[in-house]
Amino acid sequence: MLLRHTPKEIAHREALNINPAKTCQPIGAMYAAFGLHGCLPHSHGSQGCCAYHRSALSRHYKEPIMAATSSFTEGSSVFGGQANLVESIQNIFSIYNPTVIAVHTTCLSETIGDDIPQIISKAKADGKIPNGKFVIHANTPSYSGSHVYGFANMVNGMVQYFSETTQNRKNQINIIPGWVEPGDMREIKRIALEMGIQTILFPDTSGVLDAPQTGKHVFYPKGGVRVDDLKTSGDSIATIALGDTASSPAAKTLDTKNKVPCHIMGLPIGLKATDRFVNALRTIAGVNVPESISDERGMLLDMITDMHSYFYGKKVALFGDPDQLVGLTEFLVTLDMKPIHIVTGTPSKTFEKDIQDILGPDTKANIHLSDTFMLHQLIKNEPVDLLFGNTYGKYIARDEDIPFIRYGFPILDRIGHSYFPTVGYRGGMRLIEQILGALLDRKERDSSEEKFELVL
Amino acid sequence: MLGNNGKIDGFSGINPIESKEELIKIYPAKVARKRAKHITVYDREEGDPPEIEANVRTVPGIITQRGCSYAGCKGVVLGPTRDIVNITHGPIGCGFYSWLTRRNQTRPPSDESENFITYAFSTDMQEKEIIFGGEKKLKQAIQEAYDIFHPKAISIFATCPVGLIGDDIHAVAREMKEKLGINVFAFSCEGYKGVSQSAGHHIANNQLFKHVIGLKNEKNDAKYKINLLGEYNIGGDAFEIERVLEKCGIELVATFSGNSTYEGFANSHVADLNTVMCHRSINYVAEMMEKKYGIPWTKVNFIGAESSAKSLRKIAAYFDNAELKAKVEKVIEEEMKEVEKVRAEVKAKCEGKTAMLFVGGSRAHHYQDLFTEIGMTTVAAGYEFGHRDDYEGRRVLPTIKVDADSRNIEELEVSADEKLYSPRKTEAEIEKMKSKGIDFKEYEGLMSDMAKNSLVIDDISHYETEKLLEIYKPDIFCAGIKEKYAIQKMGIPCKQLHSYDYGGPYAGFKGAINFYKDIDQMVNTKIWKEIKAPWETEPQLSARYGSE
Ligand code: SF4
Ligand code: SF4
Repeated sequence: MLLRHTPKEIAHREALNINPAKTCQPIGAMYAAFGLHGCLPHSHGSQGCCAYHRSALSRHYKEPIMAATSSFTEGSSVFGGQANLVESIQNIFSIYNPTVIAVHTTCLSETIGDDIPQIISKAKADGKIPNGKFVIHANTPSYSGSHVYGFANMVNGMVQYFSETTQNRKNQINIIPGWVEPGDMREIKRIALEMGIQTILFPDTSGVLDAPQTGKHVFYPKGGVRVDDLKTSGDSIATIALGDTASSPAAKTLDTKNKVPCHIMGLPIGLKATDRFVNALRTIAGVNVPESISDERGMLLDMITDMHSYFYGKKVALFGDPDQLVGLTEFLVTLDMKPIHIVTGTPSKTFEKDIQDILGPDTKANIHLSDTFMLHQLIKNEPVDLLFGNTYGKYIARDEDIPFIRYGFPILDRIGHSYFPTVGYRGGMRLIEQILGALLDRKERDSSEEKFELVL
Repeated sequence: MLGNNGKIDGFSGINPIESKEELIKIYPAKVARKRAKHITVYDREEGDPPEIEANVRTVPGIITQRGCSYAGCKGVVLGPTRDIVNITHGPIGCGFYSWLTRRNQTRPPSDESENFITYAFSTDMQEKEIIFGGEKKLKQAIQEAYDIFHPKAISIFATCPVGLIGDDIHAVAREMKEKLGINVFAFSCEGYKGVSQSAGHHIANNQLFKHVIGLKNEKNDAKYKINLLGEYNIGGDAFEIERVLEKCGIELVATFSGNSTYEGFANSHVADLNTVMCHRSINYVAEMMEKKYGIPWTKVNFIGAESSAKSLRKIAAYFDNAELKAKVEKVIEEEMKEVEKVRAEVKAKCEGKTAMLFVGGSRAHHYQDLFTEIGMTTVAAGYEFGHRDDYEGRRVLPTIKVDADSRNIEELEVSADEKLYSPRKTEAEIEKMKSKGIDFKEYEGLMSDMAKNSLVIDDISHYETEKLLEIYKPDIFCAGIKEKYAIQKMGIPCKQLHSYDYGGPYAGFKGAINFYKDIDQMVNTKIWKEIKAPWETEPQLSARYGSE
């Protein structure tokens, strides 16, 4: 057994986190910054954090993850990191020439209390920021929230620094896609385009973290939202924020700063959530849903109705981030599956209620803000037929012999997640393929010779 | 034979001095001046290797390979140990990132034996603790860990904010040690200490020495007892070395720290020789054990079949026993049969190709041997966190200036143990062995093995990496995960020498075979020829009709 010391009995813990279901804020900020065209993320702290975040993102994406660090030493920790940041800004612009440097903090610079806007102003006053170039920032204290908050904070920073109002409303909709994969962002744009709607999607990591092999390392790949487009987000007719934890801060800022009305909704995972998303696009933009989209919906529904019996009543455990878990739980319920253990490490005020609302008042499930050690214990007490989670889940899956679908961040041992979406109707079809594959592979592995069948 | 020891002069007419200029041209003047000192062209003719600047702070904003002290301490040195509960005291990130990512394999003797390698323990510090202090939570976390797991030992690792908010983790450790009756010890390895992982290695060495080594005193009657220092069992390297040593009849008392146990560390002082693999990360323990217990240390290298053979012979020569020497020769002969066969096949396909190695604090040196064995030349190399002695050899130690960043890493005062000190060899014996070519307390450094006119670059920046690739177009570049995908986007295969790209082992004889095959596959795959689409290489000259 790989997790041989995990007992079935659940003891109350207050101080010790074991096998976390979250990580720290800066990595989310770094990921979000890659969704801005020509942007170099910068980690303001000691260089270890930056090395860790780059490594984790590299393992997840199998792509270049270029980011700089202020490389604090003990001296900077005592005297503050202003000199390091100003020097970094100067070096980054002369060596790597980005359009934007997106600075995030770490727990070190947060604990010291470095005032980033003041340092940026100083760099500007000292002529360290060339014309037409930008330095933006987000505070990402790792001792509160989680990686998802860091993402949300950096997206919010993008709005704070860039959105503008010209008083002329533009016939376009802002979409904040939440912490989803490049392939998901691409899919969300495609759906809107298919409906004939002009959108500003940010951050947009498609074309950045799924860049083609060309024999050249393009430091700033062609994807990512352009600063000029981002500026016009203040003139859009509305903002659709997908995922409450990851996207609502930026959407709310756009509302208060530029009076762009915001619609905060769940990630379009599965049939019903995608229905709501498409419907929101339709009503806000005042367009009709084209047949092509209705057809995609029909295909997804067709797959479900055809294979429904294999899903029915199967117990599922899942861990990950609140926005994803809410969407996934709803989809599993649509399939008549039974999510019984749902664990996130990311604090969220609405998480428990959202999940319970989906399950209905009479359905009991273990919905926890905790870690994967706890999840494992819950599974030992009430076994499941399927487990969803990031790569770390495979240790639980192996010990308990449960079919496992990799979902969330980070996925360190498979590919595909960055390319093939799990949002929208097509994403739903991919999820169905994965779920069915996992369940049927298991059924066949376990079936006796006489029950082993050709057609399923 | 290995043909001129792999030292081939000159590389396709590229002038290394001009290359160096190219690498730093883009930098602001101040940065260029600094970086110039980290880049040397090694002209072998001029006596001792040139001085290189190393182990100094990285230029902010430069995009570095380096990590932090916590990574060196918790990740590198203590990470591979399976039966200590390692609690990270800090916000969640650091503990999360060092969870299983270094591929330290371990082999508990039974299904019931302790193995905490698959677990990440953290105090998951919150804002409240940052403001009011985290000692209370840390104590509570230790108690909870004890109640659930009942380990032999618990260790605590500080992350960046811990030092700043003033938590006294050592006092907490003392208190909990007393309370629980098990060993509890702490590492002040905050990420800002020192300039790289290297500071963390030193801190880890110190605390292991202070709190664990020598605690147990179990007699070990084996005839040839050694410790292996600085081998972390990435991809199963330690398993292969264990196999070979066992075959030779050499007893491995403890490894620091691949496939290791707490008890192994505690009893390691009964060994009669310390063999050092990664000099950078562990030489402090070797030095201190010599002073306290009288165990001599010598540098070995089990990366490369020839180097493995050489290292085994060195150990046999140290014990100076005819039977052992004969056994070692027999093992080498047996093992080399398969090695030679694969090597000849691979060498035929790799001969003349070039490699670059920029990684860690010893691998950029050790792995050159493997490349040499298959006829490939290392045209440029450097460490991520080596010191001058790792480049130029330990002879420069007395001349190294300790700067402010390193001065704050404690140097332990060590003296001979009243009871346990027993010099394994007399001074006369040591001198005699030295005259026969067995070196002690010696490391020649990476430069000693570099080819004439090769480039040695310390703490290479990302910009320099790309320029170097553009100028030299090597057949393979060895680095880590952060560098890998950018390099491969340039059409050059990148071998990860921290994680081995999830392959391995690469140590010892079987490891050498694995490495030859993996490199063959990487430098000879045809996939890189597919980068251009047909329509990019055959431009459409004019429109044609289908019937033509
Ligand atoms: S928790 Fe803090 S110190 Fe650790 S990696 Fe995250 S930002 Fe860095
Ligand atoms: S050379 Fe690399 S693997 Fe070895 S200890 Fe040093 S860092 Fe670790």
